[in-house]
Amino acid sequence: MATLSTDIPDTSSKTWSRGRILTVLLVTAFALILAKAVGILPDWLNRIPETMIPPTAQVLDAVFSFIQNDLGLIHVTRFIAEGPLEFLLDTSANLLEGKRRWPHLGPIPWSAIAAVAGVVGYAVGGWRLAALGAGTFIWTAAIGQWKIAMQTMSVIVVAAPLAFLLGLVLGIAAWKHRGFERMLKPILSVLQTLPFFTYLLPAVIFFKVGPTAGAVATITFAIPPMILMTTLGLKKVSPEVVEAGQMSGCTRWQMLRHVYVPAARTEILVGVNQVIMLCLAMVVLTAFIGMPGLGAKLLAMMGSFKLGRSFEIGVTIVLLAVTLDRMSKAWVVKQPVHFERGTPWWKRHQISLIGLGLFVGFILIAQIFPILAEVGRKQHLSQGKEIDVAIKSVLAIDAIKGTTEWLRWFLNVKVLIPFRNTLLAIPTPAFILMVVAFAYWVGGRKPGIYAAIFFTIVAFSGWWDRSVITLYTVISAVALATMIGIPLGVVAARSSRWSKNILLACDTAQTFPSFIYLIPAIMLFGVNDVAVVFSILIFAAVPLIRYTIIGLSSVPPEMTEAADMSGSTRRQKLFSVQFPLALPTMAVGFNQAIMFAFFMVIIAAFIGTQDLGQELQRTLAGTELGKNFVLGLNVSLMALTFDMAISSWAEQRKKRLGLD
Amino acid sequence: MSATPPVISAQNVWKLFGASPESYLKSMPAGRSFDDIRADGYIAGVADVSIEVARGEMLVIMGLSGSGKSTLVRCFSRLHDITGGTIKVDGQDIMGLNERELIELRRNKMGMVFQSFGLLPHRTVLDNVAFPLEMRGQDRHDRRERALEVIKLVGLEGREEYFPRELSGGQQQRVGIARSLAIEPDIWFLDEPFSALDPLIRREMQDEFLRLQEMLGKTIVFITHDFDEALRLADRIAIMRNGAVEQCDTPDKIVMNPATEYVAKFTEEVDKARVVHAKGLAKPVNGHALEGAPIDGGATIHELARVLVNDNRILLPVANDQGVVTGVLEREAALNILLGAD
Repeated sequence: MATLSTDIPDTSSKTWSRGRILTVLLVTAFALILAKAVGILPDWLNRIPETMIPPTAQVLDAVFSFIQNDLGLIHVTRFIAEGPLEFLLDTSANLLEGKRRWPHLGPIPWSAIAAVAGVVGYAVGGWRLAALGAGTFIWTAAIGQWKIAMQTMSVIVVAAPLAFLLGLVLGIAAWKHRGFERMLKPILSVLQTLPFFTYLLPAVIFFKVGPTAGAVATITFAIPPMILMTTLGLKKVSPEVVEAGQMSGCTRWQMLRHVYVPAARTEILVGVNQVIMLCLAMVVLTAFIGMPGLGAKLLAMMGSFKLGRSFEIGVTIVLLAVTLDRMSKAWVVKQPVHFERGTPWWKRHQISLIGLGLFVGFILIAQIFPILAEVGRKQHLSQGKEIDVAIKSVLAIDAIKGTTEWLRWFLNVKVLIPFRNTLLAIPTPAFILMVVAFAYWVGGRKPGIYAAIFFTIVAFSGWWDRSVITLYTVISAVALATMIGIPLGVVAARSSRWSKNILLACDTAQTFPSFIYLIPAIMLFGVNDVAVVFSILIFAAVPLIRYTIIGLSSVPPEMTEAADMSGSTRRQKLFSVQFPLALPTMAVGFNQAIMFAFFMVIIAAFIGTQDLGQELQRTLAGTELGKNFVLGLNVSLMALTFDMAISSWAEQRKKRLGLD
Repeated sequence: MSATPPVISAQNVWKLFGASPESYLKSMPAGRSFDDIRADGYIAGVADVSIEVARGEMLVIMGLSGSGKSTLVRCFSRLHDITGGTIKVDGQDIMGLNERELIELRRNKMGMVFQSFGLLPHRTVLDNVAFPLEMRGQDRHDRRERALEVIKLVGLEGREEYFPRELSGGQQQRVGIARSLAIEPDIWFLDEPFSALDPLIRREMQDEFLRLQEMLGKTIVFITHDFDEALRLADRIAIMRNGAVEQCDTPDKIVMNPATEYVAKFTEEVDKARVVHAKGLAKPVNGHALEGAPIDGGATIHELARVLVNDNRILLPVANDQGVVTGVLEREAALNILLGAD
């Protein structure tokens, strides 16, 4: 040790060493807590006094009203809302659900749409996707949810292409101009952590209530990943392909149009997939601002505890999500295949022709058999009441009821409430110091500094207690999810067949709109804190399991073989070879779990929480844009603190291990 | 060869990579080595290279990875902007061209083949080959006709509708070659075109390439890290190391008289008898009395082995391809090479 320390330049004499900084932070925090326990802590050190909290919300309100009214932005946004955007939405609404607007053609018979979905499925992925595509729409019609499903779809078919186009253009701009990219990056990371309620209110205020506001919120929500994927894809185009384009004498526009964008096809299509999935997730959530559709129905059914109907709507949403996801993913991997020379025109376009034929055919047949156009009120196969009774009787079985009730009691009384009260009892400065210490310990200097700044802002926002409650829910849910998810992932990673199946299940589960996760939580635990934690837990466990499996199975085989040949037991191998190498990847999963938890905790406000989400949901009823923003930013800043610390750790670790 | 002006003429070309290479090069004292420059925070991709390529000549640039050969060829086509010196193509300073003129130059005079082919994955063979024609705005019918012609030339007839990933590596490189020839360029750059291929296919493609070159007679700059390939193809070889040219000469001369120790390391293992030609070893006639039938100056010593062993003349007359005697060959010297005894 002594010789070692002479080799390494000793910096602790000039600047403070890591350990010393950590000690100082933690000791100060504990001193504050101790002081409070003994009762000598002055009140202004426990919580920031009301008088010291700046009126951020009011200031923001004034700023917004200045932009909105004095600068006349409202006229611009209202013009867009009432002009082109509303026109597009009305058109799609007419075609899909038969709203009385131009072009007065709709609604298209469900059978025609199901047929087209089947043909598209076949074109991108063969018979299985054809069955999935057609089956989803047949189910939707048969169960009697066609109209509400089409209300949802009519927003998606407008929002997704617009989000795609805007994302593509912004992505190209970010790739062309480094300055623009540098400006965009922080905005995107805030946007990606901002709770969805914060998207909704400005949309309502600037774009009037109704489908336009929903569409705007949806588009804003879906753009960031499209920008990121576009930039990533363009950066990855092989230099030789670029040089081949240059040597072919391409102008700048030709380079972009014929070389860069087509060569980045894969990443751009992955972006398209994400845009579609985020659109679906968001459209369902626009139920909170009164948008009709699947989300609104689900909200109403869950609110009145109609489990059967909730379950059926849940199945529809899940089917739609899986169909859209599988089809757009199949499109990503689908490569063009050549036709032999001399193939006639009709054969080259065979599939499109069949699709068109079936579409027209079913429209015509539907004129004769009305049931193929619309499934009537009395004709649908919904078993809502029966399922309701079934679910409730299963839940009423003593063994199950006993278990859930005991779990509820145990978690609530023994774990959650004590933990929450402890967190709430910690003086604000001590809490901040502890968070900073954590960020510094995990991520290093930069995340530590940001943690200090971000949490101080939160403290001065005037919503400290609610922020702590939000954080408490996130931490307890993620901790439980880790205890369940990581062992599950480890076990699954042992066999390649199991890990494949579970990965597939996780991928599928990740495509579900977050709303869906509330259904089982409410079913099992009713409307209370435990249900909230439970819904977050399953939502957050998915990425944990997924990345644990990915991390463990991507450990190079020669390393595990080396461990085997060194005579290590399974346990030794896991702890001294596989875990160290998989940890950076697992950290990505952990990070995602935390981000998901922050997202879900806000939605769970619907169940009835006392955190920021609840306040956020309340702002939706009014026009308190400033308050809405302050609350949203609080969530975003807390999420970003963890995001920065953990991703910085994963990156450093990866570099040190020499992985990519 | 020296009668016509060179097609490409490079004078004291520098290409430095780093923070502000231009100002660094201006203030750089003469005689700074590659390592000195690196210590200053710059990488010398090309260091003070002067080289000329004559019309119809095949110049092979040989060097190990990182020697700057790819960088140099990218300076010739201005895929890289050079830091110092001048490069003239057909007498025109290419650094003086604006974007439009540069595009025109590439559209009409230059073709390039890449190591990993650089094919556009979303286009069929036909559309890839027709790509440069499409870019310069040729109409659909014309470019299809021309593309089919080059596809036939490289032996890919019947694969026009395939996509690149449906082809083997050798076939993909044929597409790359066809694309670079579509505009009928005067100058043909090939950047390690066969390095990514299996040894057997590589040999086949080299033969194919020699056949094409015999037919087309282009001015060629060919890059390789394979010394045998260089010997096989080149009119002249330029051997590069650390961005500078160590030696630039005909294969015969490089093998017989390596200029530096570095070059000698490459030539050591080479079977000289298969490289050196009679005319390369021959000396001027200078009044020597010559008798008997002359030998073919274009044959390698290895090809002449039987004659050299059976003949008992001390001096053999060497004739060019018209049958005119141009020099004399000392049989002893030739036998030494044949037996590897020099």
